[in-house]
Amino acid sequence: MGTGNFETTIGLEVHVEMQTNSKLLSPSPVHYGDEPNTNTNVIDFGYPGVLPVANKGALEYGMRVALALNAKVSPFIRWDRKNYFYPDNPKAYQTTQSQTPIGTNGYLDVTLTDGTVKRIRIKEMHVEEDAGKNTHGSDGYSYVDLNRQGTPLIEIVSEPDIASPDEAYAYLEQLRQVILFTGVSEAKMQEGQMRADVNVSLRPFGSDQYGTKVEMKNINSFNYVRNALIFEEKRQAEVLRSGGIIQQETRRYDEPTKSTILMRVKEGADDYRYFPEPDLAPVVINQEWVAEVAENLPKSADSRRKHYVDELGIEPYDAEVLTQTLAMSDFYDATVAAGADPKRTANYLIGDVNAYMNKNQVELQETRLTPEHLAGMIKLIEDGTISTKQAKQVFEAIMIGEEPETFAKKNGLVQLSDPDLLLGWITEVLDNNPQSIEDFKGGKDRATGYLIGQLMKMSKGQANPGVLNKLLLSELKKR
Amino acid sequence: MTINYFEHDLTSLHEQLVNKEVSAIDLTRATLDNISKTDDQLKAFISTNADDALAQAQKIDEKADFSNVVTGIPLALKDNMATKGIQTTGASHILEGFKPIYNATVVEKLQNAGAISVGKANMDEFAMGGSTETSYYKQTTNAWDHSKVPGGSSGGSAAAVAGGQVPFALGSDTGGSIRQPAAFNGIVGLKPTYGRVSRWGLFAMASSLDQIGPFTRTVKDNAVVLNAISGFDQKDSTSSQREVPDFTAKLSGDVKGLKIAVPKEYFGDGIDAKVAARVKAAIAQLEALGATVDEVSLPHTKYGVAAYYIIMSSEASSNLQRYDGVRYGFRANDVKNLEDLYVKTRSEGFGDEVKRRIMLGTFSLSAGAYDAFFKKAAKIRTLLIEDFNKVFENYDLIVGPTAPTPAYGLGEEIDDPTAMYLADVLTIPVNLAGLPGLSVNAGFVDGLPVGLQIIGKPFDEQTVYQAGYAYEQASRLFEQRPTIAKEY
Amino acid sequence: MAETTITRDEVAHVAGLAKLAFNDVELDQFTTQLGDILNIFDTLSEVETSDVEPTYSVTENVNHLREDVANNWNQKQDLLNNAPLEAADLIKVPAILNGEGE
Ligand SMILES: [Mg+2]
Ligand SMILES: [Zn+2]
Repeated sequence: MGTGNFETTIGLEVHVEMQTNSKLLSPSPVHYGDEPNTNTNVIDFGYPGVLPVANKGALEYGMRVALALNAKVSPFIRWDRKNYFYPDNPKAYQTTQSQTPIGTNGYLDVTLTDGTVKRIRIKEMHVEEDAGKNTHGSDGYSYVDLNRQGTPLIEIVSEPDIASPDEAYAYLEQLRQVILFTGVSEAKMQEGQMRADVNVSLRPFGSDQYGTKVEMKNINSFNYVRNALIFEEKRQAEVLRSGGIIQQETRRYDEPTKSTILMRVKEGADDYRYFPEPDLAPVVINQEWVAEVAENLPKSADSRRKHYVDELGIEPYDAEVLTQTLAMSDFYDATVAAGADPKRTANYLIGDVNAYMNKNQVELQETRLTPEHLAGMIKLIEDGTISTKQAKQVFEAIMIGEEPETFAKKNGLVQLSDPDLLLGWITEVLDNNPQSIEDFKGGKDRATGYLIGQLMKMSKGQANPGVLNKLLLSELKKR
Repeated sequence: MTINYFEHDLTSLHEQLVNKEVSAIDLTRATLDNISKTDDQLKAFISTNADDALAQAQKIDEKADFSNVVTGIPLALKDNMATKGIQTTGASHILEGFKPIYNATVVEKLQNAGAISVGKANMDEFAMGGSTETSYYKQTTNAWDHSKVPGGSSGGSAAAVAGGQVPFALGSDTGGSIRQPAAFNGIVGLKPTYGRVSRWGLFAMASSLDQIGPFTRTVKDNAVVLNAISGFDQKDSTSSQREVPDFTAKLSGDVKGLKIAVPKEYFGDGIDAKVAARVKAAIAQLEALGATVDEVSLPHTKYGVAAYYIIMSSEASSNLQRYDGVRYGFRANDVKNLEDLYVKTRSEGFGDEVKRRIMLGTFSLSAGAYDAFFKKAAKIRTLLIEDFNKVFENYDLIVGPTAPTPAYGLGEEIDDPTAMYLADVLTIPVNLAGLPGLSVNAGFVDGLPVGLQIIGKPFDEQTVYQAGYAYEQASRLFEQRPTIAKEY
Repeated sequence: MAETTITRDEVAHVAGLAKLAFNDVELDQFTTQLGDILNIFDTLSEVETSDVEPTYSVTENVNHLREDVANNWNQKQDLLNNAPLEAADLIKVPAILNGEGE
């Protein structure tokens, strides 16, 4: 792909916030949306004399991502400092892993829109700290909230293997799903939990040298990334075609105009003065530790989908829906493991449960539904204890935490399948409706419908329709 | 009451507290009194905290639990150790009025043990200097001659102990900042093994070199204080998990069989002949006491200063970036924008020596210089460590002078940074290798004290103290006191 | 032996990285002083180190890590009290110019 006579080269550096309990180098809580500076301490504020201690959980999350992206986990890590001044960066250095990344030489197989699969190589990934947040006031001041400062990040650096805006989009989508299924992050775009730095350059087809790259930082929407790249491809091609040169510069994506805007021209490389962090002890990662992390690594979305389709007989589309989030997929697996019918479980999750979540604007884990309760309800349906119609009431109940069987019993939601009881009602109804018997014998199907209606009324809707139907037919034939 | 600390060591003060011959309040009052009488001349303190100290002393007297040797005993802290609610400046304008909201681990440990900090001792700004002349606040003087420097960077802590103001003090040592002022003031100063004492709360100069240690008049006192401040701290990732032995255990006065190495490089060019003679006499005394003494070589010694100044300034340049006027401390006025805020705050807030080291470090880490400077220095560091390792295969201790000269005159060298830097040649290698190093008084040259430096294997402070104690007890030099400490 | 020299412009560039400003007199003085110190540093090039591993720390510790347990030290108010300028629980700084930072 490319534009005119040019081929496009794109590299992405993606930062994903980890959902650890505490920060990378301080025990302050990691929690989105709290009052400003609530989740901070002297370490996060970069006080004189404070020292960092690295979070084991964040390192293990980094190892998970490395494993999920088919990378080699580094056996030895020495942290590094990246020095730069900014108000959201209190120590004026970011602790990262520039020389000894947690993972190297990975890849991601990306399914493109035409169905072909392209392997994008991943150069390396680093565990590092996130910055705080600056808000720019209209009063000539900026305002700093350090709640986010120190949140563990995993940075994933691709090789420049991406050749088009669409490929970039597909890579990001696929990457997000892989990350989701490591359990390391929910990668919520709207909360800035996943952000991409984009490098893009153009070169004439056949050239063995990359063109000068333009950089755009911190884009937190895949669509924006694609739009920005589409604009850049055109802009750079026009510059090159008219004999101009591309400057090494940082640009910003502007959504209203769907264009990119120059922020600054880079004069040489930035000088971050990286050097090994003397305040942290090195980390040695042996094979046993990697194996332990691998064991706790949730199965990937791909392998789960394959399992659903091949072994559980789920439609591919439904399998896709079930694996949109790790929470949903885990819930599905747990419900099936609790003995529920796989197809009925899929239908409930994709249908009623999703509808409930949308209507109430809640996440699955915020409801009081448990896999055991859902499985319990499905089993009640399967063994005929309740009707699918009755199940609607039971469903409402289990969504607010009720135990299905107890609820059904307490509310008389039990299907009546006892032949003796049903036969008594059938005899009574047939005795009172000789005309219907005549109609049935005359071949009018409508007649049974009417009789069933009468019987359901008598049973207050609790008769098991399947059993009732069978008994009624055999009784009719006897008359 | 008055108390002259030259007449009581920590053990005897402890006994008096236990026997109720004296109270913590008495000691605290007497100490504050000592300071008020003498600090006009010594200028050892940036600040004192009388009310706080007396309140603490009262609590300790009420509790009357003197189970720890340092309980109820006053001390001074170098002003680069965080004290909760009490101004801690690092002797810099940029932290004027700054009150940390947390305690350094050493402060916490001493407080829990019931020791009473009466004030914050003067120092070179951010511990950068060897004479305490780079302090923003005042010029501390040498306890033996007020026209001379007290050494540095822990000059205030050293002068306070040598001048008899306090029974002990804490300092920090990145390239000699405890040992050299101890030598200049004729007292005992130890830089412990890297990792022995937690750095949590120590305002960092160079993280891979900094270490907190005690100043005392005697070796035994020093060991007692080290007992109180050592140990693993989860909050310091470089703090050692090794068990802490009783540092007073080997203080028998006996050094028979100790194998002592004397590096010929420690008596090379630039070492004052009289200093060399004094130190050689001290070594001869150790030999007379039964130690064996041989000359050895530490061939990379001459590269120590360059390697040290690169590594130290690089780490410091990064550690001091946090002083930006945003979250605490001094913020410059009349700034146009953020960049202006940074530049003005730092340019007005830091003194020349700090700026010089920030510049050196920033340069050493910069893209074009990293390999030739920072990385090269880190390799030289390896060679220096290997030099020590080789000697320690056959010897228990390495001894030599602490500093090449006795204390020099105020203002004499401050304008010549290269001369100042080269004066650290004998103490620097110990920090680069992370070893324990002690300075004890080895006598006087023209009325000024000279230090004997005793260097040990990593975590073998016990043997270092053993030799220091034997020498001190044999020489009885610790009984000499400067004029200022004669009458309290 | 390679002589490292440092020019006035380079000193000014390093000052920019370090967020320090010097007037002309200071700049000249620093250029001379840094030059002298760099000459001391240059002595290191005498030593052959191609087979030597660098030492960045002498700590014996490895894997000194913290379990992922959150603990809020509740220091927010004290921290904000120490800030030179603060508003609505945020640290207030002069406007960040467009294009600065990360
Ligand atoms: Mg990075
Ligand atoms: Zn990053």
